[in-house]
Amino acid sequence: MAGRGGLLFPLAAIAIMALGWLALGLAVGNSYYQLMMTLVPIWAVLGLSWNLLSGYTGLVSFGHASFFGLGAYTVTILLVRLDLTPWFGIPLGMLVGVAAGLVIGYPTFRLRGHYFALAMLAYPLALLYVFEWLGYQEVPLPMKREAPAWYMQFNDYHVYMALAVGLLVVALLISLAVERSRFGRSLLAIKQNEPAAEAAGIDTLKWKMRAITLSGAVAAAAGGLYAVVLLVVTPDSVFGVLTSAQALVVTLFGGTGTLWGPVIGAVILIPLSETLQAELGDVIPGIQGVVYGLAIILVILLAPEGIYWRVRDWLHLARGTPGAAFRSRAPAAPALVPVPAERQTSGQVLLEVRGLSKSFGGLRALDGIAFQVEEGAILGIIGPNGAGKTTLFNLLNGFLKPNGGDVVFAGQTLVGLKPNRICRLGVGRTFQVVRAFQRMSVLENVVVGAYVRAAAEDEAFEIAREAVARVGLSPRLEALAGALSNKELRLMELARALAGRPRLLLMDEPLAGLAAAEVEEMLAAVRALPSSGTTVVIIEHTMRAMMRLAERFVVLNHGRVIAVGRPSEVTADAGVVEAYLGSKWTALHARG
Amino acid sequence: MFAETFLEALAAGLFLGCIYGLMCVGLGLIFGVMRVINFAQGDFLMLGMYFTLYVVSVWGLLAFLGPAAAPFVGAVLAGPALFVGGYLLHRLLIARVSGTSVTGSEDEGRSAQLILTLGVALALENGALILFGSTPQSARTTLALRAWEIPLLYDPTAAVFINKASVVACVLSIVIAAALYLLINRSRLGKTLRAAADNPTAAIYMGIDVDRAHRIAFGIGTGVTAVAGGLVATYHPFQPYVGLDYVIIMYAGVVMGGMGSILGAFWGGLTIGLVQQLSTLVLPTQLQNAAIFAVFLLVVLMRPQGLFGRAAERI
Repeated sequence: MAGRGGLLFPLAAIAIMALGWLALGLAVGNSYYQLMMTLVPIWAVLGLSWNLLSGYTGLVSFGHASFFGLGAYTVTILLVRLDLTPWFGIPLGMLVGVAAGLVIGYPTFRLRGHYFALAMLAYPLALLYVFEWLGYQEVPLPMKREAPAWYMQFNDYHVYMALAVGLLVVALLISLAVERSRFGRSLLAIKQNEPAAEAAGIDTLKWKMRAITLSGAVAAAAGGLYAVVLLVVTPDSVFGVLTSAQALVVTLFGGTGTLWGPVIGAVILIPLSETLQAELGDVIPGIQGVVYGLAIILVILLAPEGIYWRVRDWLHLARGTPGAAFRSRAPAAPALVPVPAERQTSGQVLLEVRGLSKSFGGLRALDGIAFQVEEGAILGIIGPNGAGKTTLFNLLNGFLKPNGGDVVFAGQTLVGLKPNRICRLGVGRTFQVVRAFQRMSVLENVVVGAYVRAAAEDEAFEIAREAVARVGLSPRLEALAGALSNKELRLMELARALAGRPRLLLMDEPLAGLAAAEVEEMLAAVRALPSSGTTVVIIEHTMRAMMRLAERFVVLNHGRVIAVGRPSEVTADAGVVEAYLGSKWTALHARG
Repeated sequence: MFAETFLEALAAGLFLGCIYGLMCVGLGLIFGVMRVINFAQGDFLMLGMYFTLYVVSVWGLLAFLGPAAAPFVGAVLAGPALFVGGYLLHRLLIARVSGTSVTGSEDEGRSAQLILTLGVALALENGALILFGSTPQSARTTLALRAWEIPLLYDPTAAVFINKASVVACVLSIVIAAALYLLINRSRLGKTLRAAADNPTAAIYMGIDVDRAHRIAFGIGTGVTAVAGGLVATYHPFQPYVGLDYVIIMYAGVVMGGMGSILGAFWGGLTIGLVQQLSTLVLPTQLQNAAIFAVFLLVVLMRPQGLFGRAAERI
């Protein structure tokens, strides 16, 4: 998918596809098949537009007919009312698409998952009824006999086909540019895990807004051309549920998150349904829908992620290259990270937490938390389950807003800032559960974290390569994330956080699920961080590992700090022992 | 004059709203337990309508009950019939892209579920077109032609007319929704379903067969919605593509009610019925449905947890 590999192959493939389609079109004389060959690229463009938003970000839109319909009606109404040619009408329709993207996106992006999908469903349907009410039930485009070409009207169907293919090429190039850039990788990061992307410094709202406006423009262009080709527009045909469904079906069928998916889907499904309709529609009305429906069911059962990915995985298996389904590679060479000598903290306070409190409803999750972290230190936060450790991290990096208290980082308060701003200021974070982009390489995964510090693409890759080297994962630079071991995933996540060059790194249970030998490697990597300018705050359950890592502990229990100090002091504290290990252990220990 | 129109619209909204409420309860159960967006729900509703029509009018199996009661009994019988249909559909198709078979996969099978149920919807509605034809039909009860006349106290010349069929349908809807509510909240089966919904992984560890729970929830949800469809059929004409109109109303109702709550789904459906009917007082009829979507969007944007729900979507 988002490989940085040469552009030559995809560009050549796009050119061959376009020329091949046109050559095939020239060979076809039947006007019905010519119409079909014009509609396939148009639906593919709508699919690509859907893919730009939903395929890359994972936010499923049931409402792409909004943009398609607005494009179609803009072109039609401008032509009918103002006698304006579609040559201008289509670009103006795209502007309307952009505006609709802004108006729809801004409020709707506050929703997630199913809520987003269903809210999107409502827009085109509301528009459908509004346009019916406005009296645009069925608007024919007037024939312009005096200057047909000026009004985009042609006797020869091949011209329409060429226009449709041209639009498809433009849409493919846009998709390719998005896929191969910071834009596409940021969207993929959002798809994988929106909070993690935000924590890695990606301004998720900004990128989602860009995606929906671009997607709206492309869909509106498809709608505008659709109106020109069919010469009549009805609210049902452009705003209807089936139009939104078409966008989604061709893409999901062909493969989401890749520019080829919508094309494959449209090339297979549109001719299938149109031919069935033409051949059998009169004899058995509805047979088209039944066969179409069954074909969709069958493909989803056989290739749930779409045809493109299934074929790709097969090819990788056949060739023996590491595809997503191929996971049996030799383990990586052990990390070669030098273990630093005794650490020196600068004595300067980097992070100060003052009286931080957070309640959920009536539950007081954190109450008056206060501690300091000196630059160059490794601070361990320990405490039993439910003590509020992860909640504390969520407050520090901006996922949650505190009810009271302050967080001061390098002289600046962090309270009220969005996570991506906090990341930009130099606070990185890793998560308890690693989420990786399975089909992207280690390097591509890490580069997402580097965008905070890099203006140019090359620079970002350079920083990412450095970060991968720092955690000792260089031998696996090009391996796909889906083929990594648990330890390698953890190291990759660490590299992703380091790529943002944080002054402070919050690590949430980086040792979870690692075997004893792997723990050593991870410890070595973490221990090396302060010497290269990264202060660490770490949550960990494994007491023994923590004793060897952190020079200071903050102990939480029931949302309060019950002890602060050096590991030896803290573990000797009776209150801590009881909270952490239970009163039984204390009693046993006292007797023994 | 306005008072009459208002009261009639209010009554129509309440009665229709109860049937919408029942549909939403069916969908809400499926969504609440499985977190699957099922596009075919509207087509189960349509099948419920045709089931009622065939049992009552075409085959005349219930003729002995008389023309007034037979359609209602037929509608209720659509429940068990479509329960079996939903149960089998889940077992054969839906289970492959949902529940434990996709736990931990990239998007938990969400896109696969979407497109699969879209395929099922297409196959069902067009299959229905082949089998039943496109002419609108109805399994009308004779009660649909009768109305109670309720005089207005302050004005002896004015009266509000209330269709008897819609009152019976409304009462049946409330009874069935209440029964389902008790089943979910009081019975052992209900406890199993709620456990499977709340935390599938933990439910598995507690020895609950989560896939079976999903199957049952899917069957019950399908059956309940089919009954609501049958009830609509007792006084309203329909055709094979009718599901599309209703699936949108159902989703709007379920989301407004706060996904996953039976009671909330019912209130959500009721709200939609009221909005739809009352909006005719101030808006042109064509904008009736636009009003629904406007209210739906407002609710979703202001209170994503729904009007009556508390839990927000898990991130």
